[in-house]
Amino acid sequence: MSTRIFGSGIRRREDPRLITGTATYTDDLTLPRMVYAAMLRSPHAHARITSIDTSKAAATAGVVAVYTHADTEGALQPTPCAWLLPDSDLKVAAYHGIAKDVVRYVGDIVAVLVAEDRYAAEDALELIEVEYEPLPAVIDPELAHKDGAPQLHDEIPGNQAFHWTVAGGDIDAAFAQAEVVVSDRIIQQRLIPNAMETRAALASYTTATGELTLWNTTQNPHIVRYLMSVVTGLGEDKIRVIAPEVGGGFGSKLAVYPADFVTVLCSMRLGRPVKWTETRSENYQATTHGRDHVQHVELAAKRDGTVTGLRCTVYAGMGAYLSTAAPGVPTILHGLMLSGAYTLQAVKEDVYGIYTNGTPVDAYRGAGRPEATFMLERMMDLLAAELEIDPVDVRKKNLIPKFEDGHEVITSLNYDSGDYPAALNTVLDHADYAGLRATQAEGPANGTYLGLGLATYVELCGLGPSQVAGAIGFQGGLWESAIVRFHPSGKVHIFIGASPHGQGEETTFAQIVSSELGVDTNDVKVFHGDTDATPMGWGTYGSRTTAVGGAALALTARKIRDKAKVIAAHLLEAAVEDMDYEDGKFFVKGAPDQHKTITDIALMANVAWNMPEGVEAGLEATTFYDPPNFTFPFGAHLAVVEVEAETGVVTLTRYIALDDCGPQINPVIVEGQVHGGVVQGIGQALWEEAVYDEGGQLVTGSMLDYALPRADMLPEIEVLNTVTPSPHHPLGVKGVGEAGTIASTVAVYNAVMDALRPLGVTSIRMPLTPERVWQAIQQAKG
Amino acid sequence: MVTDARRCGLTVLVSITVNKQRYERQVEPRLLLVHFLREVIGSTGTKIGCDTSQCGACTVLLDGVSMKSCTALAVQADGLEVTTIEGLANGAELHPLQDAFWEKHGLQCGFCTPGMILASHELLRTNPDPTDEQIRHGLEGNMCRCTGYQNIVRAVKHAAGTMAGQR
Repeated sequence: MSTRIFGSGIRRREDPRLITGTATYTDDLTLPRMVYAAMLRSPHAHARITSIDTSKAAATAGVVAVYTHADTEGALQPTPCAWLLPDSDLKVAAYHGIAKDVVRYVGDIVAVLVAEDRYAAEDALELIEVEYEPLPAVIDPELAHKDGAPQLHDEIPGNQAFHWTVAGGDIDAAFAQAEVVVSDRIIQQRLIPNAMETRAALASYTTATGELTLWNTTQNPHIVRYLMSVVTGLGEDKIRVIAPEVGGGFGSKLAVYPADFVTVLCSMRLGRPVKWTETRSENYQATTHGRDHVQHVELAAKRDGTVTGLRCTVYAGMGAYLSTAAPGVPTILHGLMLSGAYTLQAVKEDVYGIYTNGTPVDAYRGAGRPEATFMLERMMDLLAAELEIDPVDVRKKNLIPKFEDGHEVITSLNYDSGDYPAALNTVLDHADYAGLRATQAEGPANGTYLGLGLATYVELCGLGPSQVAGAIGFQGGLWESAIVRFHPSGKVHIFIGASPHGQGEETTFAQIVSSELGVDTNDVKVFHGDTDATPMGWGTYGSRTTAVGGAALALTARKIRDKAKVIAAHLLEAAVEDMDYEDGKFFVKGAPDQHKTITDIALMANVAWNMPEGVEAGLEATTFYDPPNFTFPFGAHLAVVEVEAETGVVTLTRYIALDDCGPQINPVIVEGQVHGGVVQGIGQALWEEAVYDEGGQLVTGSMLDYALPRADMLPEIEVLNTVTPSPHHPLGVKGVGEAGTIASTVAVYNAVMDALRPLGVTSIRMPLTPERVWQAIQQAKG
Repeated sequence: MVTDARRCGLTVLVSITVNKQRYERQVEPRLLLVHFLREVIGSTGTKIGCDTSQCGACTVLLDGVSMKSCTALAVQADGLEVTTIEGLANGAELHPLQDAFWEKHGLQCGFCTPGMILASHELLRTNPDPTDEQIRHGLEGNMCRCTGYQNIVRAVKHAAGTMAGQR
C-alpha cells in the first residue's frame, strides 16, 4: 500500500458490472403490478388545442388510464425554473406537466396514457383524438426578438425571457480608440446531447403510506427530490429518489422534466408502479438541447496585437419554456468567461434570453463556456488575419502571465492559478507548429488545403461557493458532502451527495480515501445516487463532482485520520503531539516499528473496549464542503485539417489537446474524459445540428438524421498535460468533465477557416459540412 | 407483454435459446427480438439506445453472428441461439474482450458497452488482427457518446492480441 495510489491509472471499480450486462439502469427495473406510461406529444410547434377526445383510447383493452391537463389541473405545480437570474427582468412562463390549451414546441405533452404493457400503450396512444388550431411559430432566437414575430406567451412581450449584461472597463473608449476592429456574426447551432441511455422514470407510490420511490435517470437525485416535493406537494421526507446506473448525461439529465412529474402523478393516482421510458425520437423532441446562440461579436485592438475590448450581443434561444438551469447557462457560465486566458481591458456583453418554439435549451457539456471561448478565440484569429501576423503571436501578446494564487480578470472573476503560456508552448512544440506552417506555406497539394486551428481556454468549474449561488439566483446550494465510515474489519463505506454517471468517481473517490488513509482501494465502496442512503448533495454537473465532492471526501478522510491518531496515541501510551502518520500507519515519532494500522484503529473504535477519555466510539466522519471559489482549469488545443476545395470535404488529420486540471487522481480516467469532450466539440464544428424547418418541425428527429460522431470519422487524439494545482482546493484538483469540449469546437473551426484563407472564405455557419464549405468557396470565387 | 399477446389471441410459439438456456414462449408476431430478451425473459443486459437501428446498443450474436436485435422479430430467432453480453463470460472468467474494455478504459457510462463488445466480437471473428482503421470502420454502426471511441479502439486491439495468444 502506498500513497502513490493518488495519480495511478488503476482499473475502474464500476466496470465489472458494466461489461457483463449486470448493471441496472432505470428501464431494466420491473416491479410487481407495474404499468407503462406513454406520452402523447404535440406534432405542432405552436397550436391551440381545440378539443381532446380520449374515450376510444381509454376503452381499449389493456389501457389503465388516460389523463389530459383537465384531469391534472391543480395536482401538479408548473415545472420549476431553478436559476432565477437577478437584475435581468426575468420572466418565467408556466411550464405545465401536461400542456394547458396551447402547445409551444413539437414534443410538448398533450396527454399521458397508462397501459398494462409497452406495446398496448403505444397502440392506444394513437387513438387519442386531438384537434389543433395551428399558430405561427418561430425558431431563430434573433428573429423571435424582432417586432412582428409570433408571440409564445401572452404575458411576455417580444418573447424576451431576460436581458442580462456583463460589463467591465471602459468599452466605449476601447472602441473609440481602437486601431483595428474585427467582427463576426456567429451561430452556435442547437445541439442534441444524445446520452446513449434515453431518459426514464419508474415511480412507485404507496397509497397506504403516502410514500414515493422514484428511480430516475438523473445527474442530481437530491434536486429531483426537492423539486418533486415542490411540484407534487409530497413532503421531501416521503420521497426517495434513486439514480441507479445512469447512461450518460452531458447536462441533459440535470433538468427536471414534465414527463417525470406526470409519471409520478400517474403512480399516485393509480397506486401502482408506473414506468416511462423515452424512445430516442422522443428524446430528441423532449430532452433539453444545448447551445443555440446568435452572437454578434466585435473585438477592438491596437495594431501591435494588443486586445483592448470585446463587445457582443447574444440572442440565446431558450426554447418554449425555461428549463431548470437554463437562464444561468448563456449568462453566468458564459458572459463571465469572456476574458478567457487573456488580459482584456474592457468587455461588454448583452445577452437576450428568447423564447422560441423549440425544445427547451439547457446545459450541455461545457454549458456557456464553449460558446464564450468560441467568440473570443474566433476573434483572435480574425485579428491575426487582419494584422497579417500568426495566430500564435496575437495570443502570446495577450496571454495572462503565469500566476499561482489569484488573478482578477475584467469580468470580476478571480482565477485561482494558471500558466497559460506554458500550455500554449507545450502544444506548439509537441505539434511541430513551425513545421506545419512551413508545409502549409508550400501551398495546396492536389487541391487540398492545410489548416491549423488554435484555441486556448479557461474554464470555470467546481460550482461553486453557495454564497455566490445565492447572489446569482441559483435556487440551491453548491456545496457537496461526504461520509466515510470504517467497519470493524477495516473495510470502508463512502457516501457522497454527488451523483456520477459514467465519470468513474467510484474509483477516483476510493483512490482519494486510499491515498489519505492507506486502505486498499478494493476495501472501499462508494455509495451515491440514492437520497435515502446518501447525505444531501447538489449533483454532478459543471465538472464539480471531484472538484467539490472530492474536496469534501478528502477533508472527511483527514478528520478520520485525526481521530485515529488520538486513538493510536492512547493505545501506544504516547502523547498525540508525538505521533506521526505514514501510509496507513500511526507511530511514535522515530519509532515506526511500533505502530497501529488504520485497520487496528478501526477495530478498536468500533468495539470501543479501550478508548481515550472523551473520545466517541466509531470511526466515521462527515463533511459538508462549500468551496471558497470556483476552480479554473485551462488549456490549449490545436487542430490540423485538410480541406478538399473541389468537394468541400474536411478531414481532421491531427488533434492535440492540452488540458490542465491540476493534479490527476487517475490519469487514465482524465484522458478518457478529454477524449469524449473533445469529440463532442469536434461534432459541433463538423457534423451536429438540431435542424428545425420554418414551421418548427424538428427535421433531425431521429438518429438517422442527426449526425453523431462515429468511430471512423475521427483521428487519434493526442492528449497532453501540464499540472497547476488550485491553491484553494485540499487536493489541488480542478475538474475535467467538460474540459475537452470547451476549446475543441473553435479549434476545429479556426483550422478550417485557416485552410480556406487563401480562397477568401472568412465565415461559414456550423456545422462545416462539405456542402456548406463548398458553397462558401464558390461564393468567395464570386 | 405475454399476457396481452394472449388476450389478443394473435400469438406464436417460439423456442429461442439465450445464453445456452432454452425459452419457449407465446409471443406476438410483431415482437422485436430485443423486447423478447429484455421484457419477456428479463435479460436486460442488452440495451436499447434508439428506434432507428443506428446506435447498436442492442447488438447480440445470433448463432454466433452479430446482429442488432431491434432489427429482428423474435419469431425470426425461433429455433436459433442468441448470445447476449450476459452469456459472453465463462462463469467468473471474463471474455478477453470484456477484460480488454476494462483494462483499456473502453467504457464510461457503460450503456453502449454490451453492444460495442458484441460488435467487436464480430469484428475479431471476421478479422482477428485488425488495424486501428479497420477497427474504426468495423464499429461505425455502434454509437458511443462518452469515450470518443479512442479507448474502444485500444481495447479491441488489446483483445485481438490476447485472443491471438490463446489460439
